[in-house]
Amino acid sequence: MYLYSLTLQKATGIVCAINGNFSGGKSQEIVVARGKILDLLRPDDSGKIQTVLSVEIFGAVRSLAQFRLTGAQKDYIVVGSDSGRIVILEFNKEKNVFDKVHQETFGKSGCRRIVPGQYLAIDPKGRAVMIGACEKQKLVYVLNRDTAARLTISSPLEAHKSHTITYSICGVDCGFDNPIFAAIELDYSEADQDSTGQAASEAQKNLTFYELDLGLNHVSRKWSEPVDNGANMLVTVPGGGDGPSGVLVCAENFVIYKNQGHQDVRAVIPRRADLPAERGVLIVSAATHKQKSMFFFLLQTEYGDIFKATLEHDGEHVHELKIKYFDTIPVTSSMCVLKSGFLFAASEFGNHALYQFQAIGEEADVEASSATLMETEEGFQPVFFQPRGLKNLVRIDQVESLMSIMDMKVENLFEEETPQIFTLCGRGPRSSLRILRPGLAISEMAVSQLPGVPSAVWTVKKNVIDEFDAYIVVSFANATLVLSIGETVEEVSDSGFLDTTPSLAVSLIGDDSLMQVHPSGIRHIREDGRINEWRTPGKRTIVKVGSNRLQVVIALSGGELIYFEVDMTGQLMEVEKLEMSGDVACLDIAPVPEGRQRSRFLAVGSYDNTVRILSLDPDDCMQILSVQSVSAAPESLLFLEVQASIGGEDGADHPASLFLNAGLSNGVLFRTVVDMVTGQLSDSRSRFLGLRAPKLFSIVIRGRRAMLCLSSRPWLGYIHQGHFLLTPLSYEALEFAASFSSDQCAEGVVAVAGDALRVFTIERLGETFNETAIPLRYTPRKFVFHKRKSLVIIESDQGAFTAEEREAGKKEFFETAGMGENGNNNGEQMENGGDDEDKNDPLSDEQYGYPKAESDKWVSCIRVLDPKTSSTTCLLELQDNEAAYSVCTVNFREKEYGTLLAVGTAKGLQFWPKRSVASGFIHIYRFVDDGRALELLHKTQVEGVPLALCQFQGRLLAGIGPVLRLYDLGKKRLLRKCENKLFPNTIVSIQTYRDRIYVGDIQESFHYCKYRRDENQLYVFADDSVPRWVTASHHIDFDTMAGADKFGNVYFVRLPQDVSDEIEEDPTGGKIKWEQGKLNGAPNKVEEIVQFHVGDVVTCLQKASLIPGGGDSVIYGTVMGSLGALLPFTSRDDVDFFSHLEMHLRQEYPPLCGRDHMAYRSAYFPVKDVIDGDLCEQFPTLPMDLQRKIADELDRTPAEILKKLEEVRNKII
Amino acid sequence: MQASDRFNINSQLEHLQAKYVGTGHADLNRFEWAVNIQRDSFASYIGHYPVLAYFAIAENESIGRERYNFMQKMLLPCGLPPEREDD
Repeated sequence: MYLYSLTLQKATGIVCAINGNFSGGKSQEIVVARGKILDLLRPDDSGKIQTVLSVEIFGAVRSLAQFRLTGAQKDYIVVGSDSGRIVILEFNKEKNVFDKVHQETFGKSGCRRIVPGQYLAIDPKGRAVMIGACEKQKLVYVLNRDTAARLTISSPLEAHKSHTITYSICGVDCGFDNPIFAAIELDYSEADQDSTGQAASEAQKNLTFYELDLGLNHVSRKWSEPVDNGANMLVTVPGGGDGPSGVLVCAENFVIYKNQGHQDVRAVIPRRADLPAERGVLIVSAATHKQKSMFFFLLQTEYGDIFKATLEHDGEHVHELKIKYFDTIPVTSSMCVLKSGFLFAASEFGNHALYQFQAIGEEADVEASSATLMETEEGFQPVFFQPRGLKNLVRIDQVESLMSIMDMKVENLFEEETPQIFTLCGRGPRSSLRILRPGLAISEMAVSQLPGVPSAVWTVKKNVIDEFDAYIVVSFANATLVLSIGETVEEVSDSGFLDTTPSLAVSLIGDDSLMQVHPSGIRHIREDGRINEWRTPGKRTIVKVGSNRLQVVIALSGGELIYFEVDMTGQLMEVEKLEMSGDVACLDIAPVPEGRQRSRFLAVGSYDNTVRILSLDPDDCMQILSVQSVSAAPESLLFLEVQASIGGEDGADHPASLFLNAGLSNGVLFRTVVDMVTGQLSDSRSRFLGLRAPKLFSIVIRGRRAMLCLSSRPWLGYIHQGHFLLTPLSYEALEFAASFSSDQCAEGVVAVAGDALRVFTIERLGETFNETAIPLRYTPRKFVFHKRKSLVIIESDQGAFTAEEREAGKKEFFETAGMGENGNNNGEQMENGGDDEDKNDPLSDEQYGYPKAESDKWVSCIRVLDPKTSSTTCLLELQDNEAAYSVCTVNFREKEYGTLLAVGTAKGLQFWPKRSVASGFIHIYRFVDDGRALELLHKTQVEGVPLALCQFQGRLLAGIGPVLRLYDLGKKRLLRKCENKLFPNTIVSIQTYRDRIYVGDIQESFHYCKYRRDENQLYVFADDSVPRWVTASHHIDFDTMAGADKFGNVYFVRLPQDVSDEIEEDPTGGKIKWEQGKLNGAPNKVEEIVQFHVGDVVTCLQKASLIPGGGDSVIYGTVMGSLGALLPFTSRDDVDFFSHLEMHLRQEYPPLCGRDHMAYRSAYFPVKDVIDGDLCEQFPTLPMDLQRKIADELDRTPAEILKKLEEVRNKII
Repeated sequence: MQASDRFNINSQLEHLQAKYVGTGHADLNRFEWAVNIQRDSFASYIGHYPVLAYFAIAENESIGRERYNFMQKMLLPCGLPPEREDD
């Protein structure tokens, strides 16, 4: 079996983010690393975050830094990854790519202890970069420029110190003196030797300054001084005239200002009033804002509170450090303060956000200062505060993030055309159930009812140079309605259009006149109001029209084509006629190419299932150039030019190809390439779009022509980052559409459906899925469907208070603080409340997180959710520190209750210092109220945590620690029927098929078991030879299991056919062999048949098809919030083709950040029988000559390769 | 030092031990071995962000706190070293 791996939804979580001017000029940009993806984001004028570029780098990005050479206008990006190389990238605005400027190898690949890449620090003047590892190694590279002003990089200078752990590094701003880097270090060599523990208790973290002597080209340890042992992060303090220089050391509970030759200035971080005493406060992310006159730092704690840190200084001397409460936003992995007054917050889990600064925390608030620091016997006394509503920040945009996907199932619950993907995302109060549907989100601008049922709609400009449309023209069965677009849209009668007849086409013709085609003629409305009318001969009527700005072709009933052109005076002149053999089904003329008089091609579709290309050149006017037969009668035709490649200015160095698109009556969209010179058709591709014949319309997306296909649902064909994408829109079926451009909405679509006129825009182009989120209470763990109607979700969180305790706490807080300073805020919020949902609830948990409780407290709930109304019909909170971990529906043999719900819970689970549990339970619930609510039947105590539950032959199988046990339903509790205690560690998954049981162990991969009813025995007949830390599993077929491990691998194992047959034929079922045993394992071993490193922890797997009538693929979801698919190839030819394409791409186009592609995909085990579709899909982004070179090697043309890539993608989604 | 010494197995090993932390030797004891494994593991967890996030979910801590905890554990990952037998 060969699989094609394709990422459907790129990772949405963010590892780290930096900001700067990467394209030069004024615009502020953000570069984010999403694990293996590097994205360039830019907030647009309206404050929406746009993804400018997204590159898969096939490696793990661990750190990012930006720097600017003195006097330059543009920032470079330094990437620290797992490649053992330092990579410097430059954003190329013209080509919209990252150019690799430098790549220097310094060590082995992989995330290792002593190989640098974990930390990056930049000299603030851009003269040097330090790259560090967790332990020992630190390398400094000197950055300079050569005579041609190109960036140069030196050979590395070592700043190693063995037996030393590095916690953080940063550059020290010392103006144009020698660059200095600061590091928090800890020497462990003595602690490792001393068995008394004294050395360990005396181990001291040090702040060390490394000086790079630019003259001697040498790095030396300049200064080292003990620092608080809780130190975890360094922040550069501006220097060299802008500030006092030095560093801020963020430590647990403290922030300390340190500099060489300067006394420590220490301030305590304010604590949340409700924080348990055992917990510290740790700064997890920081951002600096620097202006000419002032600077400040924003420091965020692990609870989400942001503090503004300021330094009071005279020149180089700092006399006070102030830490003032600023605002609270969800915990971030990185924050970026943009010069334009925005704060980009890259959340650890859940949606990212862009905030705008309303103020910079000048007002009085809770503040800790070094001047008022109090030390008592118990240590330093903290200042307390209560989080409040946002005061300084206001959220203006959100970027959806699925991180982390905890569970996923694909099911067509809503009985739509395609199945929906149900994912459990996020953590704690920010968790949600997200329903994903393949398609683009749209935002509806207006819906208005019309007096009848319209059949068609057009928009038309008055003049070719106009920016916006002037009229919307709607045609009904026997009338035409003209609406003018201005401040409002209203009906007009002075437009010159004939309103007593239906219209067939309305468009701008020539430079400034309008044309209306109706069944009995063509009405040509000149700019000065003169009207020329052309009447059809005899009783014939016009049935179809095709036109562009200078050419019109009409088809009369009976099959006659008449061709008109606009002459020099703007007059519409009849040029040629042609009698076709039968009625014409559809017509289209390509738009007039820039600088030409006319378009050369006319496409005519006939009811005899053919499409013809006719010439419109004066030499061979109306000659048939080519004929293409299609599978059904064409209903609609559209020419679309596609430049399916990027590079050069707007892809100018790639030849565009002209596609003829045909919507066929059987619902298929047929696309074929038209030769620009001869008009020959070649290279056709078809795709089923829906149950109705697609109607094709040309609209404008991002300034380029795109295609809207209206079938039983609307689709959009457009170009995104070099790919032609055909994506469904998440919108209802439409009848007719036209592009729409007005003051309020630059690139919209106006469409008719039913008796309504709709105006909408298409958002977030390039995304594969459109999501609907339903908020949940705690971290969701697992869910099951009940009768394809409702979902049962189990949620649990450690270290949180129960809902009642939280409610009580909140009430108490509002009572005490109601009159205090926070009371003022409440008043304020009421005034401008309503426009911002967060403000309605001054302490929304989603924004502020749940208050922390002691780590031995657990909260958990079981929820029954009706996804159709997205309402929770039943929510059971578990009591007494019980947490739900597993769930399944089960039908016991005894039919008394029908389907029951089994939930496995743990009471008082502790991970530290040692994993322990008070007891485990299996709850059995009965569905009541038509499956809308649950009723506890009974609760059975077990000795461990039941992490896996599954129905098996009318009984319940439970994995409790290393024990696999079979239960039957009793009156008061579950009854043990059979067990096997011989599993190596902990059972985390159970799947069954016929009499086989597939058990996944937390460390030891899969075990295939059998149950012998006659002897009442469970035994393992096969297991895996590789230790795999299973995080997800799915049953593929009788002998095959798909699994994923903690290190980011997906693998399939299969029991060899002969062994499988032997076991099935053996009357003892291989039991005798099992009894003999083999080296403590099972007698048979499964074979690994597929292995692939995804590079992200896969948490859920399922076999499913995302398109109607498509073949199954394995869909997976990951912690970083990405979704991918593994599609089995059906033909050997495809396997050959794609493996060769992959091989050539590996050679010709190595990954951006220096990791070898093959090594990355084989990071833990050699990749086996999987072709990386993400690499193959980089083909269109290659320069044209490279594309041709690879295509030649494969004996194909680049277009054929693009077609192949498109085809295989269309098989998945 | 003779030219041949440079290539003998001991000096090569010494070179490796100096260059790569954690390279074993003939007298490596169980504790030292375990300490190395643990430090390597923690460094790997810290380097692989998705793994860090996975731990963070399990323990309901922020990713930043989880990273700090792992760094802190690198000091004495296996507890105190055993007493040395005097030889």
